[in-house]
Amino acid sequence: MERKIRVLVAKPGLDGHDRGAKIVARALRDAGMEVIYTGLHQTADMIVETAIQEDVDVVGLSLLSGAHMTLFVDVAKLLKKKGLGDVLIVGGGIIPEEDVPKLKKEGISAVFGPGTHCDDIVKFIQKKVKK
Amino acid sequence: MKDLVSKVLKGDSRSIARLITLAENNDPIATKAMKDIHPHTGSAHVIGITGVMGSGKSTLICELTQLYRKHGKTVGIIAIDPTSPFSGGALLGDRVRMMELAMDDGVFIRSMGTRGMLGGLTSSVYDVVEILDACGKDIVIVETVGVGQAEVDVIKIADTTLVIVVPGLGDSIQTLKAGVMEIADIYVVNKADRSGVEQTVAEVESLVDITCSEKERKTPVLSTIAKQGKGIDELLKEINKHKNHLQKTKEFDKQRRLRYEAELVEIIKKRLMNFIFDESTFKEKIESLLDQISKKQIDPYTAADKILSKILK
Amino acid sequence: MFDKKELENIKKNRKDWEKNNYVAHIKKHSERKKKFENLSGDEIKNLFTPDDISHLDYLKDIGFPGDFPFLRGVHPNLYRGRLWTFRQFSGFGSAEETNQRYKYLLDHGETGLSVAFDYPTLYGYDTDHPMSRGEFGKCGVAISSLQDMEILFSDIPIDKVTTSMTINGPAAVVWGFYIANAENRGIDRRIIGGTIQNDILKEYIAQKSWIFPPEPSMRLIVDTFEFGSKAIPRWNTISISGYHIREAGSTAVQELAFTVGDGVEYVKWAMKRGLKIDDFAPRLSFFFNAHNDIFEEIAKYRAARRIWAKELKKLGAKKPRSMFMRFHTQTAGCSLTAQQPEINIVRVTLQALAAVLGGTQSLHTNSMDEALALPSEKAVRIALRTQQIIAEESGVDSTVDPLGGSYYIEWLTDKMEEETYKYWDRVEQLGGVLPAIEKGFYQREIAQAAYKYQKEIDEKKRIVVGVNDYQLDEPIDIPILKMDEKGEGRQINRLNKLRKNRNKQKYERNLNRLRKAADGDENLMPYILDCVHSYATLGETCQVLRDVFGEYEEPAIY
Repeated sequence: MERKIRVLVAKPGLDGHDRGAKIVARALRDAGMEVIYTGLHQTADMIVETAIQEDVDVVGLSLLSGAHMTLFVDVAKLLKKKGLGDVLIVGGGIIPEEDVPKLKKEGISAVFGPGTHCDDIVKFIQKKVKK
Repeated sequence: MKDLVSKVLKGDSRSIARLITLAENNDPIATKAMKDIHPHTGSAHVIGITGVMGSGKSTLICELTQLYRKHGKTVGIIAIDPTSPFSGGALLGDRVRMMELAMDDGVFIRSMGTRGMLGGLTSSVYDVVEILDACGKDIVIVETVGVGQAEVDVIKIADTTLVIVVPGLGDSIQTLKAGVMEIADIYVVNKADRSGVEQTVAEVESLVDITCSEKERKTPVLSTIAKQGKGIDELLKEINKHKNHLQKTKEFDKQRRLRYEAELVEIIKKRLMNFIFDESTFKEKIESLLDQISKKQIDPYTAADKILSKILK
Repeated sequence: MFDKKELENIKKNRKDWEKNNYVAHIKKHSERKKKFENLSGDEIKNLFTPDDISHLDYLKDIGFPGDFPFLRGVHPNLYRGRLWTFRQFSGFGSAEETNQRYKYLLDHGETGLSVAFDYPTLYGYDTDHPMSRGEFGKCGVAISSLQDMEILFSDIPIDKVTTSMTINGPAAVVWGFYIANAENRGIDRRIIGGTIQNDILKEYIAQKSWIFPPEPSMRLIVDTFEFGSKAIPRWNTISISGYHIREAGSTAVQELAFTVGDGVEYVKWAMKRGLKIDDFAPRLSFFFNAHNDIFEEIAKYRAARRIWAKELKKLGAKKPRSMFMRFHTQTAGCSLTAQQPEINIVRVTLQALAAVLGGTQSLHTNSMDEALALPSEKAVRIALRTQQIIAEESGVDSTVDPLGGSYYIEWLTDKMEEETYKYWDRVEQLGGVLPAIEKGFYQREIAQAAYKYQKEIDEKKRIVVGVNDYQLDEPIDIPILKMDEKGEGRQINRLNKLRKNRNKQKYERNLNRLRKAADGDENLMPYILDCVHSYATLGETCQVLRDVFGEYEEPAIY
């Protein structure tokens, strides 16, 4: 059975800093996953619609502009509404520690901030995505 | 599963996506479902689009799709990117170039990795074409990666095959293997605002003269500037013309038979390979045979005989 | 540069030293790394001697500060005459809050202002645009209209202090706000000084806050060059930037090559329109990163000055001022760690030192908490003090280009210049800057360098203190800058009021005139200023330009 983990790497909102998102996308690819990168300036609608059509196991959100409490939560809520509540949501970027518990409550399973080793993201996803 | 199939036939995106995943993973549920899906196929016009990296395929598809939508047609797009032979992973980056289509509910886009062990288009691509066909899409576009076997395989899956080239990529015509150039039902010279376009068009046209001299239909050579939406109307017209030509000359059914033949072969290949490499005892057998081959105790053909004799018994 | 016979002697002696002293030593104590590489991947050998720079001619290649090729500096006495400007990039929330922060910074010794705008503003959207959702004031100040600009600078002497504005896509419009505000305050346009970043090429390459496609964007930029040289003579109408290219992951050489290459491209476009190079070149400025490898950075700045001078001379510049490369520097944001944030102060200090030793005209030092938030007052004050200590206590101000003549630095400067020209050849082969951008050349180079860097860190081939070595298992505790929660609501109310109270006829007429002019080829600045004065908002003005110019879509490159 050739089951691959499918990951959507998305950049919600106006933030144009994609260095990290692209590096993570490559690292996940090197770990054997199929990665769909949405590009910049995604609305929650666009991200969720893509997640539906691509039937992803994971949605990874990257944001460095500070708008994560609004935009990450938008995506998490919409995924749930559209019946994708079992999709693993992870986030990264510039996210203060004190916001992490609030994000976790809204359905973001992990936040990978500056200094994260790519392997940690890979291992987390591999563990959490049920085969 | 019945529930899933009925939802797919009704056009529910989530179900379509789920079934595609099951098909990609060779899940037995999918195999069962395809039996119920197949009778509902046949009405979609399947267009294969291939060309080297950087030829602007995705942009062209985006423009073409928007035009189809204006004409009231629904479109399914399968965007195929190469799976890394080393890691088994893939960066599926075509969708990014079609973001304008993201919120149009008459368009369904699915990104796939080539995944195949044997190269070329795996049988699951045929499944996905059938699923998109059955769920009601008028047009199904298969975009392949433009390197390797997949390029040529697209002709088996598509009713109409487009080969995209661009001027100024050096010897873009020569680098495309002769076999690839011959598969085209329509040639498109994209990025026609680049210098060298006249020469490229001329090169392709002379190739057409050679390869079509015996044929009834002369393969058209079109110029487009996809980024500016130029030449798309003509392209759509030619695609429709080709479809009519197929139907008139009964080539359509011949095409379809070729597709089913290819699909059948792929399914058989896949089943055989799964059988050999999944059966645990066979896996051990392989290991010991590989040892023997490495030590030059036997040759690969003898080893193959040993494996096949077990199955064919 | 040295006597031939002496060189031969040195060469020979070095060989002996290498064999008898160095090799013998490392046989007993092996070196810490197999290869010592700088951040551009150049291998740095154990020792540099006159032999390494013997090909240089002091008068031709190195020269004197203030004289061509300006390797040692653009002013003859640099910091002996005037220190670099302490210019801290800042902005957050609403104009009122940022106005307070500017006053704080000026009180604590900042000598120039620098505006950070929020994302909606960077993209030419008003605060109440749907795409602005969640983004108000988060990474900069929200400026949607002339009124906001008035509040931003209220009680600040913009006739005496210069302002740099980091704005690109909508730069012409935001510049319009600044000019209009000065005019309304009775300040003569001819004396206001500052900079707009206005560098769209690097947006396509790295920072990604574009609006319009390349050609209309370049047209707008040349409009600002033209307008500035005639009407706002003290204004730097562009800050050609490498900072963001570096932040996106490029090497130092790529930062140098791509940035100066962009600069040459802008000059060519302006000359194509018929502008005389000596009329606008003196007002072109640059903006570089100050990253970790001190010596590589110093060599980079020096090489940049020399390359720019040579290129402008080739293009026909006659005035020395046209060949000056004046630049602002910011310490590398991407080098800051969230872990053990206090140690970022040390990083910033080293990086700031490199910038000063490299002769920067203006400097921003990052705050220690910026890996996780916008700077708190205390953190930004320490960052400012860092500059002040370097200026007053370290002795770097005494002499110009103190590292000039260092065998290592001169060798590295030369090497980086050589590698820059190699990159330029590759860009030429692709058809030039814009075709190279379209083909994704720069983006691919940067993504590759970024990936390589991250792999080196993951594999511990490159150590980041506190992250992959010398770690501390303590929770990250950084006081997060608290912003006024009512700011967004206030801003939206203000916008609504503004739209109700302005003269509808006037603003509509001006927007229409702008639309018509944008479709033609007149200079758009006067039309933009008219719109601004009639209180057309940023979003409304940019929408007109969006309608005429279209929006840019990037090629997807990994």
